[in-house]
Amino acid sequence: MTTTPASPWRAALIFAVSTGVIGLSFGVLARTSGLSLVMTCAMSLVIFAGGSQFLAVATIASGGTPLAAVLGGIVLNARHLPYGLAVAPLLRGPLWKRAFSSQIVLDESTALALSQPTPALGRLAFYACGCLLFAFWNLGTLIGALAGGAIADPSALGLDAAFPASMVALLAPLLRRRDMRTAALAGGVLALAATPFMAPGIPILLAAAGALAARFVREDPA
Amino acid sequence: MTWWAVFTLAAGTYVLKAAGPLALGSRTVPPPLQRALNLVSVTLLAALVAISTFGDGRSLVLDARAAGLGVALAAVWLRAPFAVVVIAATATAAGLRALGVG
Repeated sequence: MTTTPASPWRAALIFAVSTGVIGLSFGVLARTSGLSLVMTCAMSLVIFAGGSQFLAVATIASGGTPLAAVLGGIVLNARHLPYGLAVAPLLRGPLWKRAFSSQIVLDESTALALSQPTPALGRLAFYACGCLLFAFWNLGTLIGALAGGAIADPSALGLDAAFPASMVALLAPLLRRRDMRTAALAGGVLALAATPFMAPGIPILLAAAGALAARFVREDPA
Repeated sequence: MTWWAVFTLAAGTYVLKAAGPLALGSRTVPPPLQRALNLVSVTLLAALVAISTFGDGRSLVLDARAAGLGVALAAVWLRAPFAVVVIAATATAAGLRALGVG
Protein backbone atom coordinates (compact mmCIF):
# COMPACT_ATOMS: atom_id res chain seq x y z
CA MET A 1 0.00 0.00 0.00
CA THR A 2 1.05 3.54 -0.66
CA THR A 3 2.63 5.52 2.15
CA THR A 4 2.56 9.07 0.81
CA PRO A 5 -0.63 11.04 1.38
CA ALA A 6 -1.89 13.00 -1.64
CA SER A 7 -0.67 16.59 -1.93
CA PRO A 8 -3.65 18.67 -0.76
CA TRP A 9 -3.76 21.19 -3.61
CA ARG A 10 -3.16 18.73 -6.43
CA ALA A 11 -5.72 16.25 -5.10
CA ALA A 12 -8.24 19.05 -4.52
CA LEU A 13 -7.81 20.27 -8.10
CA ILE A 14 -8.35 16.78 -9.52
CA PHE A 15 -11.53 16.41 -7.47
CA ALA A 16 -12.62 19.88 -8.57
CA VAL A 17 -12.24 19.18 -12.28
CA SER A 18 -14.30 15.99 -12.22
CA THR A 19 -16.83 17.65 -9.89
CA GLY A 20 -17.14 20.51 -12.41
CA VAL A 21 -18.08 18.08 -15.19
CA ILE A 22 -20.59 16.30 -12.95
CA GLY A 23 -21.98 19.76 -12.06
CA LEU A 24 -22.41 20.36 -15.79
CA SER A 25 -24.48 17.21 -16.10
CA PHE A 26 -26.55 18.23 -13.06
CA GLY A 27 -27.28 21.58 -14.71
CA VAL A 28 -28.36 19.85 -17.92
CA LEU A 29 -30.50 17.25 -16.10
CA ALA A 30 -32.23 19.82 -13.90
CA ARG A 31 -33.13 22.04 -16.87
CA THR A 32 -34.37 19.12 -18.99
CA SER A 33 -36.45 17.99 -15.97
CA GLY A 34 -38.23 21.35 -16.06
CA LEU A 35 -36.45 23.36 -13.35
CA SER A 36 -35.87 27.05 -13.99
CA LEU A 37 -32.34 28.39 -14.45
CA VAL A 38 -32.52 30.22 -11.11
CA MET A 39 -33.77 27.18 -9.20
CA THR A 40 -31.14 24.90 -10.75
CA CYS A 41 -28.31 27.21 -9.70
CA ALA A 42 -29.89 27.84 -6.28
CA MET A 43 -29.91 24.09 -5.59
CA SER A 44 -26.16 23.83 -6.18
CA LEU A 45 -25.48 26.95 -4.08
CA VAL A 46 -27.60 26.23 -1.02
CA ILE A 47 -27.78 22.41 -0.91
CA PHE A 48 -24.26 21.75 -2.26
CA ALA A 49 -24.41 17.96 -1.93
CA GLY A 50 -24.38 16.47 -5.43
CA GLY A 51 -25.87 13.05 -4.76
CA SER A 52 -28.92 14.47 -3.01
CA GLN A 53 -29.46 17.05 -5.77
CA PHE A 54 -29.53 14.35 -8.46
CA LEU A 55 -31.80 12.21 -6.27
CA ALA A 56 -34.23 15.10 -5.62
CA VAL A 57 -34.50 16.05 -9.31
CA ALA A 58 -34.89 12.40 -10.36
CA THR A 59 -37.57 11.86 -7.70
CA ILE A 60 -39.65 14.78 -9.00
CA ALA A 61 -39.02 13.85 -12.65
CA SER A 62 -40.33 10.32 -12.03
CA GLY A 63 -43.54 11.63 -10.48
CA GLY A 64 -42.53 11.68 -6.80
CA THR A 65 -43.69 14.40 -4.41
CA PRO A 66 -41.45 17.26 -3.24
CA LEU A 67 -41.70 15.80 0.28
CA ALA A 68 -40.26 12.49 -0.97
CA ALA A 69 -37.47 14.41 -2.70
CA VAL A 70 -36.62 16.25 0.53
CA LEU A 71 -36.75 13.15 2.76
CA GLY A 72 -34.68 11.06 0.33
CA GLY A 73 -32.09 13.82 0.07
CA ILE A 74 -31.83 14.22 3.85
CA VAL A 75 -31.37 10.46 4.36
CA LEU A 76 -28.65 10.47 1.69
CA ASN A 77 -26.94 13.45 3.38
CA ALA A 78 -27.10 12.07 6.92
CA ARG A 79 -23.51 10.82 6.50
CA HIS A 80 -22.37 14.45 6.69
CA LEU A 81 -23.16 14.47 10.42
CA PRO A 82 -20.25 12.19 11.41
CA TYR A 83 -18.06 13.88 8.75
CA GLY A 84 -18.63 17.28 10.37
CA LEU A 85 -17.95 15.90 13.85
CA ALA A 86 -14.76 14.19 12.62
CA VAL A 87 -13.29 17.29 10.96
CA ALA A 88 -14.54 19.80 13.59
CA PRO A 89 -11.19 19.86 15.49
CA LEU A 90 -9.51 21.14 12.29
CA LEU A 91 -12.02 23.96 11.85
CA ARG A 92 -11.71 26.05 15.00
CA GLY A 93 -12.16 29.79 14.57
CA PRO A 94 -14.73 32.56 14.73
CA LEU A 95 -18.41 31.72 14.31
CA TRP A 96 -18.74 33.17 10.79
CA LYS A 97 -15.83 31.07 9.62
CA ARG A 98 -17.24 27.88 11.12
CA ALA A 99 -20.63 28.70 9.57
CA PHE A 100 -18.95 28.85 6.16
CA SER A 101 -16.79 25.76 6.83
CA SER A 102 -19.97 23.79 7.53
CA GLN A 103 -21.25 24.36 4.00
CA ILE A 104 -18.10 22.76 2.52
CA VAL A 105 -18.22 19.58 4.64
CA LEU A 106 -18.25 17.01 1.81
CA ASP A 107 -17.21 13.43 1.08
CA GLU A 108 -14.13 14.75 -0.71
CA SER A 109 -13.07 17.46 1.76
CA THR A 110 -13.52 15.06 4.70
CA ALA A 111 -11.55 12.24 3.05
CA LEU A 112 -8.73 14.56 1.97
CA ALA A 113 -8.53 16.21 5.41
CA LEU A 114 -8.53 12.91 7.32
CA SER A 115 -5.85 11.45 5.02
CA GLN A 116 -3.29 14.16 5.87
CA PRO A 117 -0.49 13.39 8.34
CA THR A 118 -0.78 16.58 10.44
CA PRO A 119 -3.71 18.76 11.62
CA ALA A 120 -2.22 21.81 9.80
CA LEU A 121 -2.14 19.92 6.49
CA GLY A 122 -5.59 18.50 7.22
CA ARG A 123 -6.96 22.02 7.67
CA LEU A 124 -5.32 23.20 4.44
CA ALA A 125 -6.64 20.14 2.60
CA PHE A 126 -10.16 20.71 3.91
CA TYR A 127 -10.34 24.35 2.79
CA ALA A 128 -8.52 23.82 -0.53
CA CYS A 129 -10.85 20.96 -1.43
CA GLY A 130 -14.05 22.52 -0.08
CA CYS A 131 -13.54 25.92 -1.71
CA LEU A 132 -12.39 24.57 -5.10
CA LEU A 133 -15.29 22.10 -5.21
CA PHE A 134 -17.78 24.84 -4.29
CA ALA A 135 -16.48 27.01 -7.14
CA PHE A 136 -16.34 24.21 -9.76
CA TRP A 137 -19.67 22.61 -8.79
CA ASN A 138 -21.55 25.89 -9.06
CA LEU A 139 -19.75 27.00 -12.21
CA GLY A 140 -20.40 23.59 -13.80
CA THR A 141 -24.09 23.77 -12.83
CA LEU A 142 -24.43 27.27 -14.32
CA ILE A 143 -22.76 26.34 -17.61
CA GLY A 144 -24.78 23.11 -17.90
CA ALA A 145 -28.02 24.93 -17.11
CA LEU A 146 -27.29 27.63 -19.67
CA ALA A 147 -26.01 25.34 -22.41
CA GLY A 148 -28.65 22.64 -22.02
CA GLY A 149 -28.61 19.61 -24.31
CA ALA A 150 -26.26 16.67 -23.91
CA ILE A 151 -22.99 18.60 -23.87
CA ALA A 152 -21.30 16.29 -21.40
CA ASP A 153 -21.90 12.70 -20.46
CA PRO A 154 -19.84 12.01 -17.31
CA SER A 155 -20.03 8.24 -17.73
CA ALA A 156 -18.76 8.29 -21.35
CA LEU A 157 -15.75 10.21 -20.00
CA GLY A 158 -15.30 7.56 -17.30
CA LEU A 159 -15.89 10.14 -14.58
CA ASP A 160 -18.18 7.85 -12.62
CA ALA A 161 -15.04 5.73 -12.06
CA ALA A 162 -13.05 8.78 -10.93
CA PHE A 163 -14.90 9.17 -7.63
CA PRO A 164 -14.29 5.64 -6.24
CA ALA A 165 -10.70 5.70 -7.58
CA SER A 166 -9.91 9.02 -5.86
CA MET A 167 -11.44 7.83 -2.61
CA VAL A 168 -9.46 4.59 -2.66
CA ALA A 169 -6.24 6.53 -3.27
CA LEU A 170 -7.01 8.84 -0.33
CA LEU A 171 -8.11 6.10 2.04
CA ALA A 172 -5.17 3.78 1.25
CA PRO A 173 -2.75 5.30 3.80
CA LEU A 174 -5.46 5.14 6.49
CA LEU A 175 -6.24 1.53 5.65
CA ARG A 176 -2.78 0.42 6.71
CA ARG A 177 -4.24 0.48 10.21
CA ARG A 178 -5.92 -2.83 10.88
CA ASP A 179 -8.95 -1.38 12.68
CA MET A 180 -9.62 1.07 9.83
CA ARG A 181 -9.22 -1.66 7.22
CA THR A 182 -11.58 -4.04 9.02
CA ALA A 183 -14.21 -1.33 9.48
CA ALA A 184 -13.96 -0.16 5.86
CA LEU A 185 -14.30 -3.70 4.49
CA ALA A 186 -17.25 -4.45 6.77
CA GLY A 187 -18.89 -1.15 5.76
CA GLY A 188 -18.47 -1.86 2.05
CA VAL A 189 -19.88 -5.38 2.35
CA LEU A 190 -22.85 -4.20 4.46
CA ALA A 191 -23.68 -1.42 2.00
CA LEU A 192 -23.65 -3.80 -0.97
CA ALA A 193 -25.65 -6.47 0.88
CA ALA A 194 -28.35 -3.91 1.78
CA THR A 195 -28.55 -2.22 -1.65
CA PRO A 196 -31.13 -4.54 -3.28
CA PHE A 197 -33.52 -4.20 -0.35
CA MET A 198 -33.53 -0.51 0.54
CA ALA A 199 -34.09 2.96 -0.84
CA PRO A 200 -30.97 4.83 -2.00
CA GLY A 201 -29.00 6.33 0.89
CA ILE A 202 -30.11 3.90 3.58
CA PRO A 203 -27.50 1.18 2.77
CA ILE A 204 -24.72 3.72 3.33
CA LEU A 205 -26.11 4.66 6.74
CA LEU A 206 -26.45 0.99 7.73
CA ALA A 207 -22.83 0.53 6.71
CA ALA A 208 -21.76 2.76 9.60
CA ALA A 209 -22.36 -0.32 11.76
CA GLY A 210 -19.30 -1.75 10.00
CA ALA A 211 -17.21 0.45 12.29
CA LEU A 212 -18.18 -1.90 15.13
CA ALA A 213 -16.16 -4.64 13.41
CA ALA A 214 -13.02 -2.70 14.37
CA ARG A 215 -13.71 -3.59 18.00
CA PHE A 216 -12.72 -7.16 17.25
CA VAL A 217 -9.19 -6.31 16.09
CA ARG A 218 -6.29 -4.57 17.79
CA GLU A 219 -5.79 -0.91 16.92
CA ASP A 220 -2.11 -0.98 16.05
CA PRO A 221 -0.94 -1.08 12.42
CA ALA A 222 -0.92 -4.54 10.91
CA MET B 1 -39.35 20.81 -7.74
CA THR B 2 -40.70 23.60 -5.56
CA TRP B 3 -38.89 26.38 -3.72
CA TRP B 4 -39.88 25.13 -0.27
CA ALA B 5 -38.41 21.71 -1.16
CA VAL B 6 -35.14 23.31 -2.26
CA PHE B 7 -34.82 25.31 0.95
CA THR B 8 -36.00 22.51 3.26
CA LEU B 9 -33.46 20.11 1.76
CA ALA B 10 -30.78 22.83 1.99
CA ALA B 11 -31.63 23.57 5.64
CA GLY B 12 -31.70 19.89 6.58
CA THR B 13 -28.38 19.26 4.84
CA TYR B 14 -26.80 22.32 6.46
CA VAL B 15 -27.90 21.22 9.95
CA LEU B 16 -26.25 17.81 9.35
CA LYS B 17 -23.04 19.38 8.03
CA ALA B 18 -22.88 22.07 10.73
CA ALA B 19 -23.47 19.92 13.81
CA GLY B 20 -19.72 19.37 14.13
CA PRO B 21 -18.12 22.70 13.17
CA LEU B 22 -20.84 24.97 14.64
CA ALA B 23 -22.32 23.16 17.64
CA LEU B 24 -19.14 21.47 18.80
CA GLY B 25 -17.21 24.70 18.32
CA SER B 26 -13.94 24.83 20.19
CA ARG B 27 -14.94 22.15 22.68
CA THR B 28 -12.89 18.99 22.33
CA VAL B 29 -14.35 15.53 22.43
CA PRO B 30 -12.45 12.82 24.33
CA PRO B 31 -9.77 11.19 22.12
CA PRO B 32 -11.45 7.75 22.05
CA LEU B 33 -14.67 9.37 20.79
CA GLN B 34 -12.71 11.36 18.20
CA ARG B 35 -11.06 8.14 17.00
CA ALA B 36 -14.48 6.49 16.77
CA LEU B 37 -15.81 9.43 14.70
CA ASN B 38 -12.88 9.18 12.30
CA LEU B 39 -13.43 5.44 12.05
CA VAL B 40 -17.15 5.91 11.27
CA SER B 41 -16.32 8.53 8.61
CA VAL B 42 -13.82 6.23 6.90
CA THR B 43 -16.35 3.37 7.07
CA LEU B 44 -19.04 5.56 5.44
CA LEU B 45 -16.61 6.64 2.72
CA ALA B 46 -15.70 3.00 2.05
CA ALA B 47 -19.41 2.15 1.77
CA LEU B 48 -19.81 5.04 -0.66
CA VAL B 49 -16.93 3.65 -2.76
CA ALA B 50 -18.61 0.22 -2.85
CA ILE B 51 -22.00 1.64 -3.87
CA SER B 52 -20.63 4.10 -6.42
CA THR B 53 -18.68 1.23 -8.02
CA PHE B 54 -21.23 -1.61 -8.00
CA GLY B 55 -24.58 0.08 -7.37
CA ASP B 56 -27.19 0.92 -10.00
CA GLY B 57 -30.37 1.95 -8.24
CA ARG B 58 -31.35 -1.11 -6.24
CA SER B 59 -29.31 -3.59 -8.25
CA LEU B 60 -25.65 -4.51 -8.14
CA VAL B 61 -23.78 -4.53 -11.46
CA LEU B 62 -20.30 -5.30 -12.69
CA ASP B 63 -19.41 -2.73 -15.35
CA ALA B 64 -16.65 -0.36 -16.50
CA ARG B 65 -16.59 1.29 -13.05
CA ALA B 66 -15.44 -1.98 -11.46
CA ALA B 67 -12.63 -2.26 -14.02
CA GLY B 68 -11.69 1.33 -13.19
CA LEU B 69 -11.57 0.54 -9.49
CA GLY B 70 -9.43 -2.55 -10.17
CA VAL B 71 -6.94 -0.42 -12.09
CA ALA B 72 -7.01 2.18 -9.29
CA LEU B 73 -6.25 -0.47 -6.66
CA ALA B 74 -3.34 -1.79 -8.75
CA ALA B 75 -2.00 1.75 -9.20
CA VAL B 76 -2.26 2.42 -5.45
CA TRP B 77 -0.46 -0.84 -4.80
CA LEU B 78 2.35 0.29 -7.15
CA ARG B 79 2.52 3.57 -5.19
CA ALA B 80 1.46 5.64 -8.16
CA PRO B 81 0.78 9.33 -7.43
CA PHE B 82 -2.83 10.40 -6.78
CA ALA B 83 -3.27 11.96 -10.23
CA VAL B 84 -2.05 8.79 -11.97
CA VAL B 85 -4.45 6.61 -9.97
CA VAL B 86 -7.45 8.77 -10.88
CA ILE B 87 -6.53 9.26 -14.53
CA ALA B 88 -5.77 5.55 -15.04
CA ALA B 89 -9.14 4.55 -13.58
CA THR B 90 -11.03 7.18 -15.56
CA ALA B 91 -9.28 6.27 -18.82
CA THR B 92 -9.99 2.56 -18.25
CA ALA B 93 -13.71 3.16 -17.76
CA ALA B 94 -13.92 5.59 -20.69
CA GLY B 95 -11.95 3.22 -22.94
CA LEU B 96 -14.12 0.23 -22.10
CA ARG B 97 -17.28 2.24 -22.76
CA ALA B 98 -15.86 3.49 -26.09
CA LEU B 99 -15.40 -0.18 -27.02
CA GLY B 100 -19.00 -0.84 -26.05
CA VAL B 101 -18.18 -2.78 -22.86
CA GLY B 102 -19.82 -1.93 -19.51
